[in-house]
Amino acid sequence: MAAIETVILDNSAITRAITRIAHEILEKNNGCANLVLIGIRSGGDHLARMLREKISAIEGVDIPQGAVDVTMYRDDIGSGEVRPVGKTDIPFAIDNCHVVLVDEVLYTGRTIRAAMDALVDMGRPSSIQLAVLIDRGHRELPIRADFVGRNVPSARDEQIEVLFDDDGNPLEVRLIKPS
Amino acid sequence: MTFAHRHIISTKQFSRADIELILDTAERFKEVNQRDIKKVPTLRGKTIINLFYENSTRTRTSFELAGKRMSADTINISASGSSVTKGETLEDTAKNIEAMDADAIVMRHSCSGAPDYLAKRLTRCSVLNAGDGFHEHPSQALLDLMTMRQHKGRIEGLTVAIIGDIARSRVARSNLHALKTMGATVRLAGPATMLPPGLEELGAEVYTDINAAIKDADVVMMLRIQLEREGGNTLMPTLREYAQFFALNTENVKLAKPDAIVMHPGPLNRGVEISSYVADGGQNVILEQVENGVAVRMALLYLLLGGSDEE
Repeated sequence: MAAIETVILDNSAITRAITRIAHEILEKNNGCANLVLIGIRSGGDHLARMLREKISAIEGVDIPQGAVDVTMYRDDIGSGEVRPVGKTDIPFAIDNCHVVLVDEVLYTGRTIRAAMDALVDMGRPSSIQLAVLIDRGHRELPIRADFVGRNVPSARDEQIEVLFDDDGNPLEVRLIKPS
Repeated sequence: MTFAHRHIISTKQFSRADIELILDTAERFKEVNQRDIKKVPTLRGKTIINLFYENSTRTRTSFELAGKRMSADTINISASGSSVTKGETLEDTAKNIEAMDADAIVMRHSCSGAPDYLAKRLTRCSVLNAGDGFHEHPSQALLDLMTMRQHKGRIEGLTVAIIGDIARSRVARSNLHALKTMGATVRLAGPATMLPPGLEELGAEVYTDINAAIKDADVVMMLRIQLEREGGNTLMPTLREYAQFFALNTENVKLAKPDAIVMHPGPLNRGVEISSYVADGGQNVILEQVENGVAVRMALLYLLLGGSDEE
């Protein structure tokens, strides 16, 4: 039997959520001084780009944006097949910056732990904040998001997928229930 | 993604997809090497033994740094300071290392086939060939390909001239296999005494005239004249004569494409196979090769030790 797929956020709902998060980030940080966005590959880097564009439209300032791949920092290296390592691209110093990590879906928190370890290897930011499009619960580590697009209570056997087009623009978010 | 290798013995074992995966992974690790803090936790708890039966500065240091920058524990054993001098066999030495739960043995040996011999006898440990006799030196070829790709944007379609003592060069053999797999044209050149029979069957173009080999090449790779082999038998009358006919100098380097790069696996015999003007000239990428070497070895260790054996 096929799994049941439900669209929980469409393209315009995603855009509204990103717009709200952009405002919240600016409000919390009193503007965009020393503010940088770092997306977690893959997916989070697309959302980070959207946030940068929103912030630029609101404040008229282009803030630095980078991408981090957490494969080298995962806590499950050595189990299962070896994973390809993606590109970490942070072409600016993060010392004394307010870093906003951006990810698609917050779940166990393990990816965020790995991303924070990667960041502190690259410098000493003033703060690290977390923005996610979806928070689906089931944390396994003491981690919470500062900015959330939508809270989606989910069962562990369900999947949440954020779909992007070839240019990295988000199309929709789907909840997939096994049947 | 799959990387279906437990040992790295020869570049012949790699498909095109394997080589692309290794080079892409190496680019990712090169970024780590350019950070202030050059260390990631990727191979925490893994143990890597460098077992070197032959002298080496570059390769041993490079593998040691590669392991350490990924937080593995790396130990160096050289034949002169070990039980090898007490008569222990290679297999016994290796099995003892394996019994100490090492995850990988990086091995250099003067006998062709020694790493393959070990790979067939060890049950848990990965074996990486860091140069075996006149056979192969896979990590050197991969760092060469990485350097070529960085400068030329591709490997397919390049013309690569490899010049020197082909007969005794493991670097030439590993490069030949890897470059052919990637679709490059490989020219091998040297005096007839240094050209073994059968190179054409491996897909190479063979030249005894260095100028013809260099003509319009994208890459000119000079090999080291091996002064230490076989009691000083250099396969040529004199070094001076060799330098006169087979060295890369400011004149013949002009025969290559204007944007050609000049490579050398080191250590350099300045004034023998390469003039100092060329070795230090604007086309040389010799130190980039060394830099890429650490990244390539990190990639190889990660791809071997970063997954589990259970399928």
